[in-house]
Amino acid sequence: MLQTANQPDEDDLAIRGDNHSILKMVGIDKSFPGVKALQKVSFSVDRGEVHALVGENGAGKSTLMKILSGAYTSDHGAIWFDGEITAHASPSEMIDRGIAVIYQEFAQAPHLTVAENIFMHRLPTTRAGIVDWSEMEVQSVRYMERLGFAIDPRTQVSDLSVAQRQMVEIARAISRNAKLIVLDEPSAVLGDSELEKLFVTIRSLQDEGVSFIYISHRLKEVFDISQSVTVLKDGEVMKSDKTENWTTETLIQAMVGRSLTDYFPSRSPNFGDEVLRVTGLSCGDMVKDVSLSLRSGEILGVCGLAGAGRSELLRAIVGADAIDSGTIELHGNSATINSPRKAIALGLGFAPEDRKTEGLFLDQSVGFNITISRLRDFITGFRLNLGKEKAAVRGHIERLRVKTPTVETRIGNLSGGNQQKCVLAKQLNAKCDVLLVDEPTRGVDVGAKREIYDLLVELTEKNGLAILMVSSELPEILGMCDRILVMREGVMTAELTKDDASEEEIMKYATFH
Amino acid sequence: MTDLSTVKGTTKRAYLSYLPKGAGLIWVLVLLCVIAAILSPAFLNPANITNVLRQIALFGIVSIGMTFVILTKGIDLSIGSILGVCAVSTALLLTSGMSVPLTIIAVLLIGILMGAVNGIGITIGGVPPFIMTLGMMVMGRGLALTLANGQPIGLGERAADFMWLGRGFALGLPVPVWIFLVVAAVAIFTLRYTSYGRQIYAVGSNEEAARLSGINVKAIVFSVYVISGLLASLTALIFVSRLTVGEPTAGTGIELEAIAITVIGGTSLFGGEGGILGTMIGAAILAVLANIMNLVGVSPFTQQIVKGAIIVGAVLYEMMRKRKKSS
Ligand SMILES: Nc1ncnc2c1ncn2[C@@H]1O[C@H](COP(=O)(O)OP(=O)(O)OP(=O)(O)O)[C@@H](O)[C@H]1O
Ligand SMILES: [Mg+2]
Repeated sequence: MLQTANQPDEDDLAIRGDNHSILKMVGIDKSFPGVKALQKVSFSVDRGEVHALVGENGAGKSTLMKILSGAYTSDHGAIWFDGEITAHASPSEMIDRGIAVIYQEFAQAPHLTVAENIFMHRLPTTRAGIVDWSEMEVQSVRYMERLGFAIDPRTQVSDLSVAQRQMVEIARAISRNAKLIVLDEPSAVLGDSELEKLFVTIRSLQDEGVSFIYISHRLKEVFDISQSVTVLKDGEVMKSDKTENWTTETLIQAMVGRSLTDYFPSRSPNFGDEVLRVTGLSCGDMVKDVSLSLRSGEILGVCGLAGAGRSELLRAIVGADAIDSGTIELHGNSATINSPRKAIALGLGFAPEDRKTEGLFLDQSVGFNITISRLRDFITGFRLNLGKEKAAVRGHIERLRVKTPTVETRIGNLSGGNQQKCVLAKQLNAKCDVLLVDEPTRGVDVGAKREIYDLLVELTEKNGLAILMVSSELPEILGMCDRILVMREGVMTAELTKDDASEEEIMKYATFH
Repeated sequence: MTDLSTVKGTTKRAYLSYLPKGAGLIWVLVLLCVIAAILSPAFLNPANITNVLRQIALFGIVSIGMTFVILTKGIDLSIGSILGVCAVSTALLLTSGMSVPLTIIAVLLIGILMGAVNGIGITIGGVPPFIMTLGMMVMGRGLALTLANGQPIGLGERAADFMWLGRGFALGLPVPVWIFLVVAAVAIFTLRYTSYGRQIYAVGSNEEAARLSGINVKAIVFSVYVISGLLASLTALIFVSRLTVGEPTAGTGIELEAIAITVIGGTSLFGGEGGILGTMIGAAILAVLANIMNLVGVSPFTQQIVKGAIIVGAVLYEMMRKRKKSS
């Protein structure tokens, strides 16, 4: 046979005949300035399977998926999908071929309705060429029902919960006859019950022959839902195998490169005086008459289902939302906190839940983001001492092991978990003595999670900080907190000590019974 | 073989995009100057050069104010009208016998005040910057025409002790050029070496994150409109001094010029990105371009077409750069 320049080499030809794979990616390379994000990555997904893709923050998972979707172009390598080679296809071509990627930060038009979002790029028309709204709504309902969800197709997407939005994304994917759906950290924004629903949906679509790539940092989910697991490390494939051949230990070993015996650091807390007391705090519909008290050296957990008002509680305390009633005392003095600015001035730091919209300045550098809430330490004379600032940023980056080429790198180019570490670095830089953290390990890999836990423990034990921590991951709450508050529909339903608390006990108070 | 070269290609291009945008612009400016010198020998005449420098200074000063505003994701359409009100006020105050220093102070205060009204409408009133400053643009022009009774106001004999500001020279350079350089130096220092400057960028790149980072967003937004108003009034003083007459129509359309200069200089209309150096070069590019067209006799109407095309081109270029950066 005549070899031409465009002819795939023998390796690639071998794949063409392969019928039980829906996807094969071969020898994928991708570099960014200062980073080799992917090196010779080969990855394949069988028809009808859920294939988990795991690895540390910055391992290259999202980058690989963006190459698959056509959003990025690989420097080298070939992609075979459903028996065809797909060289340099655009995102819309990939969608037409049946690949739907639901990104870590998904793209929706918040002011459009559910139906419009599902049919965004190909609105059904009547014979006269006018958009057929009723047809669109009927079909939307059908798709949502297939997913086991009942949402009025005329609802605006901005009024939906994150879980519902995710379902709209999946509905859009199946409405385009997706054969392969990529879910990039879907669980990062879901509560346990919502996750269960997502799994039901995944399994039923799987029965219809749809394949999935599932990215997550929560290994339990990986074992629950997947049939195969591929581990990426530093842009290379470490190992790919059937799920039943993996154990949690081998998986962590492959991801992190070392074994991690304990998830949570041991604590020998040393409580001091009360530093924060909240009495009868109410704020809108989401926080009703909440009281709590926090001592220095203590980690107080707040848990509850999504929508229980946990984040709103933190926002109300730091003055991000105007409160309706209630008092706040800091170090025994009553404090009027009407803005986050005031909160920071009083030593109350806040790491918000949604890093993209609330936590970070995506277009600015890593250093800018870390120092912005407290620049005064770097002022010498009249001016900002940029050298001093840079040195401090380097210190934070090293302490939290943020993976970034330089201090000047645009923070939006870091992987999700590394961005999260920067959110925490910013709080360190702000030198607060009470820290309110909302989902501090969202999107963070197992190794880095442990680093963050160590950091939180160190801050409380060595520096005497008091931490109020909201988390949807119960093991994290149980492993880290000295006391646990449970919320339900804006009301505090229980306060448990570390010894009384268990997942069952917490769920009992978090749900109706 | 082939993939090696592509890899090299990407890194090189990426490296270039990491350079400050001003570096590329300098070459555009140099190129324009060379073209100008070739097309018309008169370009290099000292008198012409001085003229171009003065032009750069006048547009540059207001564009620095515009840069502050655009960095916060805002826009200020009222600077032309503020300039008009201040030009008329200058002439009125001087002819009424007020001393030059007092007149200068009073006119600067008027600029600050008008900027403050913009700022209050935007921060406290919640009116979008485009609408608020559009309103101020229309009101300001009306006010200027009312104050001047629709007529230009000559300085008369007061011209003699006021002319130095617009026509004078110091150390071989026109006084307005010195003023421009001082304003630019202060602005560069402020944006780069003060926490106030950082906060301007923060507000422009993500207002909610800025608020949660403890930044007083309203104060910052308010302040940039005050700065913009102040610099418009400073330009008005130079204008009147140069022409020795306060015209109620002075500064008409200068806001568009300032927006063009700012955008050409690489400041993003989406906020949070850009700076003064770019704006300075942007001002120089537009001034040299206008000068070339004047020297070779392009009609003013055609000049407008060219300018409009350049603005769109600059924005298109920025969009392309943005897209490239995130892929
Ligand atoms: N647009 C970009 N420009 C520059 N570097 C990038 C860009 N996108 C990703 N990177 C870099 O490529 C590497 C891989 O990032 P990627 O987002 O794929 O990681 P990930 O495995 O998805 O991590 P996480 O679990 O934290 O989401 C990281 O070092 C990241 O900083
Ligand atoms: Mg990712």
